[in-house]
Amino acid sequence: MQPVDSHLFLIVGAALFSIGLAVVLLKRHAIVVLMGIELMLNAVNINLVAFSQYDPDRLQGQMLALFVMVVAAAESAVALAIVLQVYRHFRTAQLDELNELKQ
Amino acid sequence: MVQIAFYTFAALSLSGGLAVLFTRNVIYAAFFLLLTLLGVAGLFVLASADFLAVAQLMIYVGGVLVLVIFGVMLTNKTDPVADASSQQPNRIASQNRSTGWVISALVAGSLFAALFTLLARANFALLNQPVGWQSTVNTIGRQLMTEYVVPFEIVGILLLAALVGATYLASPLAKSFRNATR
Repeated sequence: MQPVDSHLFLIVGAALFSIGLAVVLLKRHAIVVLMGIELMLNAVNINLVAFSQYDPDRLQGQMLALFVMVVAAAESAVALAIVLQVYRHFRTAQLDELNELKQ
Repeated sequence: MVQIAFYTFAALSLSGGLAVLFTRNVIYAAFFLLLTLLGVAGLFVLASADFLAVAQLMIYVGGVLVLVIFGVMLTNKTDPVADASSQQPNRIASQNRSTGWVISALVAGSLFAALFTLLARANFALLNQPVGWQSTVNTIGRQLMTEYVVPFEIVGILLLAALVGATYLASPLAKSFRNATR
C-alpha cells in the first residue's frame, strides 16, 4: 500500500483553513460563523495527523488532535447555547444586527 | 488506488467547504458541513489515523453537527423586516454585500497563496522518511493512560463543565431565575 505524499495533506489543510477563514469573515449568521470555526479546527487536525504518521511510537500529533476535537465539541455546545439565548433576546441571529447591549 | 481515494476525499471535503461558503441557506450549509466532515474522516484514515477517523465521525457528525442543526432549527424564522436593517443609524455605508466578498476573498486567498508557496517550497526532512500503516488504537490507549493522563482528566472536567454550563445557558428558565434571585 503506497502512502500518499504528505505535502498533499498539508495543502488540503491550508485550503480548508482558508475556506473556513473566508466563511468566518463573510457570513453574518452566527451559526454559519461557528461552522467556519469548525472548518478551521478540522484543517488544523489534518495537519496534526499528517505529521503524526511519522511518529508511530508516541503519536503526539494525534493526541493533540483528539484533545482539539473534545475542546471543539465543548466550544460549539457553549456557543450554540449563547446563540440560542441571543436569539431569544433579540429575535435574530444575524451578527450585524446585534448592536445594542440592552434592549 | 490509495491516490484515487485520497483525491476523492480531498475533493469531497474541499467542495463541501466551498459549498458552505457559497450557499445562502443555513440548513444547506449544515448539510454541506457533513460532507466536509466525512471527507476529513477519510483523510484521517489515509494518514494512518484510524481511531481519530472514528472519533471524528462520532464526535463531529454524531454530536456537533446534530447540535448545529438543532441550533439552526431553533433560531430559524422568516424575516419580514429584512430591508429595515438598511435604515439603522450606525450602519457603515460602504459595508454592502460585494465589499464583504472582495475583502474576505482577498484575505483568505492571500493566506492560501502564502501557505501554498511556503508548502511548495518547503522540504521537510521528516516527510522523506518511510511510513508504515498500522493501527493506532493500542498506542492511543496506552498514551492516554500514561503520558497524557493529566490532560485526559482535565479535558474530561472541561467537557463536563462546558456541557452543564451550556445546558444552563440554553434553558429558558435561566433568565427568569436570575431575575427572581436578585
